[in-house]
Formats: sequence, structure tokens, C-alpha cells
Amino acid sequence: MRVGLFVPCYIDQFYPDVAVATVEVLERFGVEVDFPTSQTCCGQPMANTGCAEAARPLALRAAEIFAPYTHVVCPSGSCTSMVRNHYDAYFSDEEDDHGLRSKTFELCEFLHDVLRVESIGGSFPHRVGLHQSCHGLRELRLGWSSETMTARDDKVSRLLRTIEGLELVPLKRPDECCGFGGTFAVQEADVSAAMGCDRIEDHLQAGAEVIVAGDMSCLMHMQGLLRRNRQPLQVMHVAQVLAGRPLPSDRRGAIREREVAAEEVAANLRPAAPPSRTPRRETAESLEATKLQGDV
Amino acid sequence: MGALPIVEHPAAAAKFVANRERMAWHDKALWFVREKRDRMAHSLPEWEWLRETASAIKQHTIAALPEYLEQFEAAATRQGAHVHWAADAEEHNRIVLRILEEHQVRRVVKSKSMLTEECHLNPFLERHGIEVVDTDLGERIVQLRHERPSHIVLPAIHIKKEEVGDTFHEHLGTEAGAADPQYLTEAARGHLRDKFLAADAGITGVNFGIAETGGIVVCTNEGNADLGTSLPPLHIACMGIEKLIPRARDLGVFTRLLARSATGQPITTYTSHFHGPLRESDGPEGSGRTSGELHIVLVDNGRTRIRDSQEFRPALGCIRCGACMNTCPVYRRSGGHSYNAVVPGPIGSVLSPAADPAAHQSLPSACSLCGSCTDVCPVRIPLHHQLLAWRRELASRRLLPASKRWAMDAASQLMRHPRLFAAAGWLGRQALRITPRFLVYNRLNTWGRRRELPEPPRESFREWWKQNRESQSHD
Repeated sequence: MRVGLFVPCYIDQFYPDVAVATVEVLERFGVEVDFPTSQTCCGQPMANTGCAEAARPLALRAAEIFAPYTHVVCPSGSCTSMVRNHYDAYFSDEEDDHGLRSKTFELCEFLHDVLRVESIGGSFPHRVGLHQSCHGLRELRLGWSSETMTARDDKVSRLLRTIEGLELVPLKRPDECCGFGGTFAVQEADVSAAMGCDRIEDHLQAGAEVIVAGDMSCLMHMQGLLRRNRQPLQVMHVAQVLAGRPLPSDRRGAIREREVAAEEVAANLRPAAPPSRTPRRETAESLEATKLQGDV
Repeated sequence: MGALPIVEHPAAAAKFVANRERMAWHDKALWFVREKRDRMAHSLPEWEWLRETASAIKQHTIAALPEYLEQFEAAATRQGAHVHWAADAEEHNRIVLRILEEHQVRRVVKSKSMLTEECHLNPFLERHGIEVVDTDLGERIVQLRHERPSHIVLPAIHIKKEEVGDTFHEHLGTEAGAADPQYLTEAARGHLRDKFLAADAGITGVNFGIAETGGIVVCTNEGNADLGTSLPPLHIACMGIEKLIPRARDLGVFTRLLARSATGQPITTYTSHFHGPLRESDGPEGSGRTSGELHIVLVDNGRTRIRDSQEFRPALGCIRCGACMNTCPVYRRSGGHSYNAVVPGPIGSVLSPAADPAAHQSLPSACSLCGSCTDVCPVRIPLHHQLLAWRRELASRRLLPASKRWAMDAASQLMRHPRLFAAAGWLGRQALRITPRFLVYNRLNTWGRRRELPEPPRESFREWWKQNRESQSHD
């Protein structure tokens, strides 16, 4: 099977290792991957700002660029949802999207639903906090959102659970938004940062060593907060975990792929893997929780 | 209070967020309600079926609204009620005032009604020398403090009990510093009891109007609507035209969803049915003669305009449960007042721009598009899609800030040229590597005020691809 790799523009420029990891995972499962280099951006930033006229040409471009492929795979729930759920607004009845809306898959969804991967294999002996990115969860239904009462498979955690040693930690709010939200992060910067800090606290109290998500944009936001506030938590894209990348020990996180690569080499020279850190923080949460009811 | 000054949501929200301790308290109070709702919804295996049914009933009713309204009017009139029609808030207020003046009413008790908030009825009546007392505890607290409700179901959710104690000390003479909820509630109960007994008329909102029977249904937890309509002989019910449901048998679908979604209760403590005016006794031995008057004021105030819009029509299905507010991560952290609208939160951000798009242009963007509201809504209004649709609508009406439009046009141009995009990306990454920190994190860098920027890698993915895969590529 030959698939077109659809790489979100910010991953291309700022998180190349996420795309490399995606290529590696797909190739490991026998998929021939092609990256058409004329691709740029799916138009989501423009669309979510309301600028339909700015988004439309990018949607039409994407349809042409990915026309030769039967499947298109993207390491982002948000960009996949843009194509699948929101491109309707940009194609008239006469315009052909070459099936792009129905043939575009998020990476985990593709592995789970199309390739029907049973087991990822490898080992990742760490406590993982799974961040359910909103668009993957509520627009692609990769899992079961806590608001709805319909049981669904959680495709991302199902894949992650097949990795040896990987432990998913329970969060108090399993699927609250991290506050990235595209231009929301800048336009409503204060609320956005407050939302991100609360999400991070939840992962810390659960004893996670690393936040793993299917969308690097959520992680970029939380990583920015973690670094600014010097908090001991890493972020990794799910593709990096699936590809077998080790937990970055560098405070600066997963994006410094050169240092990660260097560590890989060093790890091979060492007799055993270094012991992992397990950050635990007592939080001052729920002090107020019991007092709240009487105030209404 | 009248028209509100235009305040953009980000500025108002920043103020609320600045008090971290209060923000966290507010967030937790509402999350507590959301979790109660989850437990209640889980207790019904048919939850999703109820939501679908409610949505279908509402869509059907809105589609055939003119017919159902006429059916309702005829049935309500048969029951002995007087039905009035108001095209807008002003007409609604004039009708209510005229009825009150005809009955020489000086004192009114009012139970919760978002419609009368929307019409700014209280200040209007007060200007005409009529005392209006809100009898819902939360609304009374807000009224005494000269504030507006910050939530449609929990109007005083932004106020701490200590602050309620101060307000009651000032207005009701409770002990200074007293903050015990039980004590304060009893004080309010005594105070309100006097108001109920002295009232000449009761005004209520309407949760559901039943076209088939001409009856109206009011849901409260405090019984204040019953008291306010049973003691005085005059009852005025103010009702948005979208509150209709076709048949009495449809009601159960909504009462099961409403309280569970709103506060996580199986049903509201009081679900009051009014079929015609007060009678001396409806029992077998009573005369059944009417002893009061019931006036129902049907209000449009922009609803027909929303109904005419293919895009936003589903928003008329709203049953005002407030669940979208409780679940909204932005609402919980920015407070209801930051929306500067009668109805805040996700549904308010859909409805308010319909009334005044220029004044409320920042609301559809006060949302991270997480979609939690859409999944929680008991009548399945696609709220976050509607907010996105509003952004498009505002852009097409040129109501988007110019800076945003230009930035997006420029980005679109860049993204149409892959070589230019790659070059700009390379330049940006190199610049970020060599520029000193104090220059990168300048005042214009809104991202960097609270967050670090990603560390720019030496090469982009497309460069990696060229070096590592392209030689193997087939085309």
C-alpha cells in the first residue's frame, strides 16, 4: 500500500522528528510512504479564524496534491478533521476533492482501522499521561468523550497499551481542552495559558513522566508552559512513542532530535538504561472542593 | 442597566484570570456541577436516545412554528388565559406594564426568567414606579448587589458565600461576617416571604409551552414560581416563541434532560403546570371558578430572524439548561460577566451576535473549539460548529479585526507557494536561533508572554525527506 503523507505545516518546520517517526511507523507496518513536497498547509488557521476566502485555495490545492493516493495519513487529529469534517464548506458540487475528505486518516486511526494493527511492540517503561486532543476525540471520535454516554473504543490508548512497560496514568479530567485552540492561544492568551497550566497540573498529580498526544499543537502549547515554569514533565507525540523513541531526558524536551539521537547512541554503549525519574508533586487541589456547594 | 458598553472578551477574561485563586474556585464549582451531570446522565441507558429525540422534536416544532403558535394560542385561550404577542423587547415591556397598570399593581414578585433579563424588564418597570423583586435566591443576591446574572441557571455562581453574607448584612440585616449558607438562606427565605405576601402580581418565565393543551410549564428548585403565582391574583408568564413543544407527551423527554443537564438532578424540585388562570378549587368539591388572571406574553425579539437562518436555526432548540457553560473550559476560567451578554457561554456566544454582531464580535472567538459543549448539549445543538460559522459570518460582514484578516490573507498567499513557504520557514528558524532572547520575547510576542516558543530545529521535515527518502521515491 502506498500512502500520501500529510504533514502539518508547523510539524514540518518545528517538529520534524514527529513526521520522521510517522514515516518509520508506517514503514514498519509495510506501508510505502510518499511525501508530496508541494504540500504546505491545509488551511485550518484561516478557516478557524473565519477567513474562508483565505482557506479555500489551500483546500483546493490539497485535493490536487493528494489526488494520486488511495490513502492519506496525517499525524494530527486536528488537521485530519479539518479535511474530513470542514472541507465541505470549500468545495462546490462541481469541484472534485478526489476523495480527499474520505481517504484522509489520522495516524492512530489508520493503524487501528485500516491496517488493523494488533500490537505495536517495543518497550516504553514510563508513566504516560494521555492527552486526548479535542478534535481527535470529539470530531474524529478516536475515543470516548466523557460528555457522551455511547461506549467507544479508544484507538490511541489501545495502541499504546500494546507497548511493553507503558503505563497510562488516570487523570482527574480525562479529556479537558489544553487551551491551545489555534489563534485562540494568542487572542485569548490569558485564558489559554490558564487552561494549559491546569492540564499540566492534572498530569503532574497523576504522576506522569510524559504527556503523550496525537496533536503536536497541544503539546507545543503545554511544552511552552512547562519550560517557562520549569516543570519536570516531558511531552512526546504519539508517533514518537509508537516509533520507539526513548523518553527525552533533556529538560528541553523531545524536539531536540539531534540530542535524542546522540542519547540513543550513548544508551547503546551503556550496559543498562538509566533509571527513569518519576516526578510526583503534592498539589493544593481540592482544598475548596467541599466548600463549593453552599455558594450557589 | 439598559444597553451594555462594548467590552471585548479577551480583556474582560484577563481580569478574571488575574485572580488565580478565584478563577480556580469558579472552575471547580462548575466542574463539580458538570460531574454531577455526568453521573446522572450515566444513570439513564437511553441518554443519547433522549438527546436525539429532543433534538428531533425541537427541529420539527421550529419548522412548523407558526402552526404550533396558533394552536397554542387557541388552546391557552380556551383554558381562560389571555395571550399577547410581542415583536420585540420594547413591545414586551409595554404589554407587561399595561397589564400591571390596568390592575393597579405596585409590587411584583418575579421568578427566574432569562427572557425578562433579555428584555431588561426590571429597570423598565422600576422606571415606572413598580417594585420588582426577583425571588430566585441567586437572582435576589445578584439584584441586591446591582449586578447581572453570570450564569443562566446559577446566576450568583461567581459570588462567594462570604460576599453573600456581606450583601445580606447590608440589605437584610443579617449578622456581620455571617457566611453560613443555612443561616443566609433562612434569612433570604424570611425576607422573600414578606415580599410574596405583599405582592400584587407574579411574573414567571416559561420552560415549556404545550401547543396541544395551551398549558405552560415552569421548572424551579425553590418553589418560588408556585408561591409567586398562587398568592397574588395576577400571573404574567413571559415566553419566547421557541419554547413550544407539540404535545403533553413530549414533555417527559425534556424534563428528564433538563434537570440532569442543568444541575445533575433527576428532576427539578418543582415542575409547575399552569393550564389557565388560578381557580378557587380544581378539586371535585370546588366551584372551579377562576379567581385570578393568567396572561401569556409570546415574544419574538429576533427569534424569527434566527429561524430564517439555515445555519443558526438549531440554536432555537436551546432549553436554557446551562450545561454548555458548566462544561466550557473558557467560561469556567473567564466567568460569565466576561461575555458582557445576557446569556454567556457557548450558547450565548451563538445567540448574542445574532442580536448585535458588532457589539459581540469577540464572542465566537472566545472558544478553543474543543467541542465539549456540542457533546454535552441535551438537544444536540452543534454549538462549536455554530461558533465557527459565526466567525465566517463576521468575516464576510467585515466585522473581523483588520489585523486578523490581513494576517490570514498573507499566510494564505505564502502557503500557496511551497518554495516560498520552505524558504520563509528556514529563515524564521534561523532567525529564531540567533536572535537574542530579549528581542524574541518582546511585547508583541503574545505567545511568549506566558510560554516558551518551540526550539527551532536545524532542518525541516521536507529537508530530511529530500536527503533520506526522495532518492528512493518513484516520481
